[in-house]
Amino acid sequence: MTPIIQFRNVSHWYGEGASRTEVLSNINLTVTEGEFLAIVGFTGSGKTTLVNLMTGLLQPSEGEVLYRGKPITGPAPERGIIFQNYSLLPWYTVYQNVALSVNEVYSAWTSDQRDAHIRKFVEMVGLSHAIDKHPGELSGGMRQRVSIARVLATDPDLLLMDEPLGALDALTRGNLQDEILRIWSANQRTAVLITNDVDEGIYMADRIIPLDPGPAAGLGPEFSIALDRPRDKTAMNHDPHFKRVRTDILNYLVALGESDRPQRDESLALPAIQPIKPGSRSFVSKWRRA
Amino acid sequence: MGHPTTTPVAPAPRATFATLAKFLPRRAKLAQRLPDTARTLGISLASMAVFLLVWQLSASYLYGVEAEARIERTTQEQGGDAGAEMAACIASGNVSCKPNTLPFPSEVVRAAGLLLADHRAIRAKKAEFQAETEAVNAARSAQGLSAITYTGRPSFVDQIGTSLKTVVVGFLISLLIAVPLGVVIGLNNNLRIAFNWMIQVFKPVSPVVWLLLVFMIVKTLTLGSDTDTSFLISSISVGLCAMWATLVNTSVGVSSVNKDYINVARVLNLGIGKKIFKVILPSAIPMIFTGMRITVSVAWMVLIAIELLAQSPGLGSFVWEEFQNGGSDSNAKILVAMFVIGLVGFLLDRLMFYVQRRVSFETVVA
Repeated sequence: MTPIIQFRNVSHWYGEGASRTEVLSNINLTVTEGEFLAIVGFTGSGKTTLVNLMTGLLQPSEGEVLYRGKPITGPAPERGIIFQNYSLLPWYTVYQNVALSVNEVYSAWTSDQRDAHIRKFVEMVGLSHAIDKHPGELSGGMRQRVSIARVLATDPDLLLMDEPLGALDALTRGNLQDEILRIWSANQRTAVLITNDVDEGIYMADRIIPLDPGPAAGLGPEFSIALDRPRDKTAMNHDPHFKRVRTDILNYLVALGESDRPQRDESLALPAIQPIKPGSRSFVSKWRRA
Repeated sequence: MGHPTTTPVAPAPRATFATLAKFLPRRAKLAQRLPDTARTLGISLASMAVFLLVWQLSASYLYGVEAEARIERTTQEQGGDAGAEMAACIASGNVSCKPNTLPFPSEVVRAAGLLLADHRAIRAKKAEFQAETEAVNAARSAQGLSAITYTGRPSFVDQIGTSLKTVVVGFLISLLIAVPLGVVIGLNNNLRIAFNWMIQVFKPVSPVVWLLLVFMIVKTLTLGSDTDTSFLISSISVGLCAMWATLVNTSVGVSSVNKDYINVARVLNLGIGKKIFKVILPSAIPMIFTGMRITVSVAWMVLIAIELLAQSPGLGSFVWEEFQNGGSDSNAKILVAMFVIGLVGFLLDRLMFYVQRRVSFETVVA
């Protein structure tokens, strides 16, 4: 159980002085090799900041983030990320988008090897028929598949996913969840999934950690999911363990949401207004009678 | 009211409305059935007809005013007989006493024909000259002497060619300066601050001043050589006048690349060269080409003024010479040049539009 990512007392804030907004506060987290970790949280709770600290796109304001024991100083292809908004380059075709990362990571290969590799991964996400299309010509689900292929083709040591399926419809979402799981289980990489969907987290992960809502978000208690893989979505719904974990996580998040809601003590004085009723006092009837 | 009067409703107008109502939808359907291009063409032709009509009417009004003033002046200065003679002369359409004002559309068409005929004549003369001097030139080149070239007056079509050459060279100069500089400014915040005042101050400077500045510099640099610098001066001035749109657009396009694309480049650890050529420039290309399109239009617009001042051959000097000539058909020739300038400018813009659409990943709005 080697730790791959370690957060040590990490805090992160944007801005300085009076305008300083603390997003993450005192985070301690260890991601171990081969596990599938899901972090669930409300919108705006700092999930993307957390994942950007793992990629190295952001540096922590306080504390340190370690990757295999060494502090992360910048982004690297070994920590591949699937972005929430696909982030495909619209001027490149599907092939060229995947090629961008493959050519960078496997620069020592011959061009034939790289070409075969690119085609293999485009095939794997089922887009061979659209390999020469531009992202603008693809649906949301297809675009996200390209972005998955782009990351997986570089065979990252750690796969980070920042709400990868958030913008997709339920059906596409389910299919892609299965596809990601299939690819993940094939080579048993470490994966971190950021999501706002508790069911998605339970279906996919070994471990779920809720992120308390920001500002100054911290991590909640962890819930481990002891369900056998491969998991069956329909059968899972009747599994007592699934039901209990799901209720526990939801209760925890709902309780957080309740305590987070602004409390108001004073009651508002309503103005004393009488509704206008049809009848003798109305202006129209008076005018009619006249 | 004591006398309730009723106004009888006339049946006739109602009937008219009824027929109109019956008629209108059918017309609308017909309009829908017409293909879009035909409709565009029809509307354009109709508006052209209106334009020509307004032109014809204003030209004839101005002609009247000018003729009247001329007769009155002659009468005052030389007596009634001379005035009557002038009136008769004007009525006869004699060139010697033609009122000098806005020419009629028909005159402009005739002038265009004359200019084309003139071009054919000059071309024939040139060919003849070449045939005559061929043997001499062969002998001269054998002796290591330079060939004798035709030095006659350029025709109107030649002038268009010269102007196009000047504008293309000017455009290339502005691209060579503006695109690399814009990329550098867009990438570096400090450089942007350093160049910002320069752009703000020099952008609104008039083409005339640029020409004088370029003249000062080129004159000194070419001291001693007797080459004709007017082409160089005018194309450099055109480039300097027109480059600002491309410069500003390139720097804005480069500095405002979508952060997601930059993150992709960062996560893949792309080198600076790959980052610029694979991510930043393609993303900025729509903006850069919009700037280039503006640059081409500005270049063509200032070119005429610059040629006029720099005395370099081209449409600008053609217009100026015709104005100075004051011949009977000079005004018409100037208007021919005006239409040619407008059409060439339009074609250049279309050309840039198609290039822009080909290289850009976004849909371009015309």
